[in-house]
Amino acid sequence: MTESRMLTGWGRTAPSAARVITGADDEALIAAVLGAGPRGLLARGSGRAYGDVAQNAGGVIVDMTRRARIVSWDARQGVVTVESGVTLDRLLRTVVPAGWCLPVIPGTGHVTVGGAIAADVHGKNHGSQGGFGAHVLAFDLLTGNGSVRTATPGSEVFQATVGGMGLTGVVLRATLRLIPVTTAWVRVTRQRAGRLDSVLAGLMTADHAVAWLDLSRTGARTGRGVLTLGSPAEPDELPPGTDPLAYAAVRSSPALAVPVSPLFRPQVIGAANSVIYRRAPSVPRSVARPMADYFFPLDRVIAWNRAYGRGGFVQYQFVLPHDAAETLHRVITMLASADRGVSLAVLKRLGPGGSGLLSFPTAGWTLAADLPACTALADRLDRLDRLVAGAGGRVYLAKDARLRPDVLTAMYPKLARFRAVRRALDPAGIFTSDLARRLSL
Amino acid sequence: MIDALGVPQSVLLLGGTSEIGLAIVDRYLDRRPVRVVLAGRPSERLDSAVARLTARATRVDTVDFDAKDLASQQTALQQSFSAGDIDVAIVAFGVLGDQPAPENDPATAAHLATVNFTAAMNVGIILARAMRRQGHGVIVALSSVAAVRPRHSNFIYGATKAGMDAFYRGLADSLDGSGVDVLVVRAGPVRTRMTAHLPDRPLTSSPEAVAAAVTEAVWRRRTVLWTPRSMRIIAWIIRLLPRRLLRKVP
Ligand SMILES: Cc1cc2nc3c(=O)[nH]c(=O)nc-3n(C[C@H](O)[C@H](O)[C@H](O)COP(=O)(O)OP(=O)(O)OC[C@H]3O[C@@H](n4cnc5c(N)ncnc54)[C@H](O)[C@@H]3O)c2cc1C
Repeated sequence: MTESRMLTGWGRTAPSAARVITGADDEALIAAVLGAGPRGLLARGSGRAYGDVAQNAGGVIVDMTRRARIVSWDARQGVVTVESGVTLDRLLRTVVPAGWCLPVIPGTGHVTVGGAIAADVHGKNHGSQGGFGAHVLAFDLLTGNGSVRTATPGSEVFQATVGGMGLTGVVLRATLRLIPVTTAWVRVTRQRAGRLDSVLAGLMTADHAVAWLDLSRTGARTGRGVLTLGSPAEPDELPPGTDPLAYAAVRSSPALAVPVSPLFRPQVIGAANSVIYRRAPSVPRSVARPMADYFFPLDRVIAWNRAYGRGGFVQYQFVLPHDAAETLHRVITMLASADRGVSLAVLKRLGPGGSGLLSFPTAGWTLAADLPACTALADRLDRLDRLVAGAGGRVYLAKDARLRPDVLTAMYPKLARFRAVRRALDPAGIFTSDLARRLSL
Repeated sequence: MIDALGVPQSVLLLGGTSEIGLAIVDRYLDRRPVRVVLAGRPSERLDSAVARLTARATRVDTVDFDAKDLASQQTALQQSFSAGDIDVAIVAFGVLGDQPAPENDPATAAHLATVNFTAAMNVGIILARAMRRQGHGVIVALSSVAAVRPRHSNFIYGATKAGMDAFYRGLADSLDGSGVDVLVVRAGPVRTRMTAHLPDRPLTSSPEAVAAAVTEAVWRRRTVLWTPRSMRIIAWIIRLLPRRLLRKVP
């Protein structure tokens, strides 16, 4: 089925129109690639990327979410082959009861396997497990000439596609390696930390670690936050009578009916932040939680992105090397004084980068800040881009909706190689996106 | 592409020496280097605009464009899109035609209609088609408060702008769902070359102020912009006044 539709990313900014093809089988997809017009074609998953990376103005979008079958599943070896439109949540429902789990899980269960490969997504445990791509054993890629190639780690096609934002072709199926678990629960330890430095120190202390930051304070308290550390829960920690491997999906409440964007004012955000901070325990406190509750806290509210109203929001996510702590402080201070405030800020630690040529993760600190969109933000974020690039850091393209194009090569040193592989794979330039046009990728 | 915070990569100015148009281009260039296409008749003023913008733009191209010559406009616009997508197209050409000249001379009045209305409509149709193909873009049409509130010293100009204004509002509706937005700018008096010989009227603003309001409205994907904003209320109040009283206003 084909229909013309306006699309945006999760941030609901910069809409563009595309012809959307839904639910096609391999043959129909091949025909779509061969028949793509001058504006090209792009695969789209659940549209959870924040910016315009899953949009293709005037061209074709193939919506992969109907291609969501589990093709084969080896519960003895912990290896699963799926169609790329399957969501991580759906996959967990299948594998967790058999004692297996995805090694890398991002902050929402709604992303598809295709989207997770295309962005080489990271979890809260990047230091020990690397990115999503590190656990992909193979995938089938539909390329620009209509042929399907199987790519395995080490090949150039693989490296350009992992983190390649859909620009090398359409991932049709992927084979993933899982890790064993004894329960579907996580021991979650929360504690507040009064200064940014203690937040950073806390993030070093566990495999799974994330910190919520309060960017409404000034001075020494800028970047105080709440640490959430996770580790696998043992069966004896669970509430009595629980089936240890039963996977409980997040129970979500319906969308907010009205945009609460008028509430996104620095004063209101500041007050809310204070409440969150004060309610967090001052000494570490641990409880066992179902894994979905731990991994996907934002999935509890359906379509929370609509709360920002018509203007939408942008997420600025960057990584800075560990030795650039001073720049991190500066960037956080500059973000904290953004005109309309920072509605949500999350800090994580990343380990060394993987093999993806355009993959985001590199060793260091990564901060993701949600900012209600307004034109005054443009200059501020442009200045931050310079600081981040200058300190050897980079901005995450899966979140990007406004990067300065001139800093891209500094941020992604393997860009030239990516371009060469992409050109060889897709000489006619079939696969393209709004992001690719905007940044002249 | 226009990014999430309203920064475009390319801007086309039809009426390449229009002061308001150039102020909008400058406003975008204040943020980031963008590709600029100036469409206008070859002139010294056009050359000096190119020279001035070149230092800040990623690239400046010119295209021969004559608002009087409808037959040539298809080609001129094709050329304007030849180097890639146009994110923002500003329809800024127009003539004021100080009355009473056009009142006494139908040829002058017809000339005003050709440039301000017929050409603007011709261009709008061609732009809409090109941008529909792109799946994104914004057309900024410089209308005037006179389109809504013609005074007896400028009603012929006002009539031509009223036609243009109605056309672009209709175009905005017809482009719904295409990814293309249209912004109709109803500017009050603006201090420009075109009005330099006239005395400043109340609420006169500058090209820079109009440009700031336009770039913000483009980002907000608005369809009609009154600038200054109070113009909207004034126009509304005036509509309630009896015609006999209005005739006294010059
Ligand atoms: C609440 C929330 C939390 C998040 N947390 C994290 C996090 O912790 N870590 C992290 O790394 N990211 C995170 N993200 C970002 C998200 O994981 C990525 O943007 C991911 O790519 C989204 O997948 P998707 O299926 O929605 O793909 P889309 O957003 O639809 O597309 C994203 C990219 O993938 C490409 N793509 C999709 N399917 C295919 C396919 N089959 N073949 C080829 N290319 C394809 C698209 O072309 C596009 O370039 C979060 C997003 C949200 C909304």
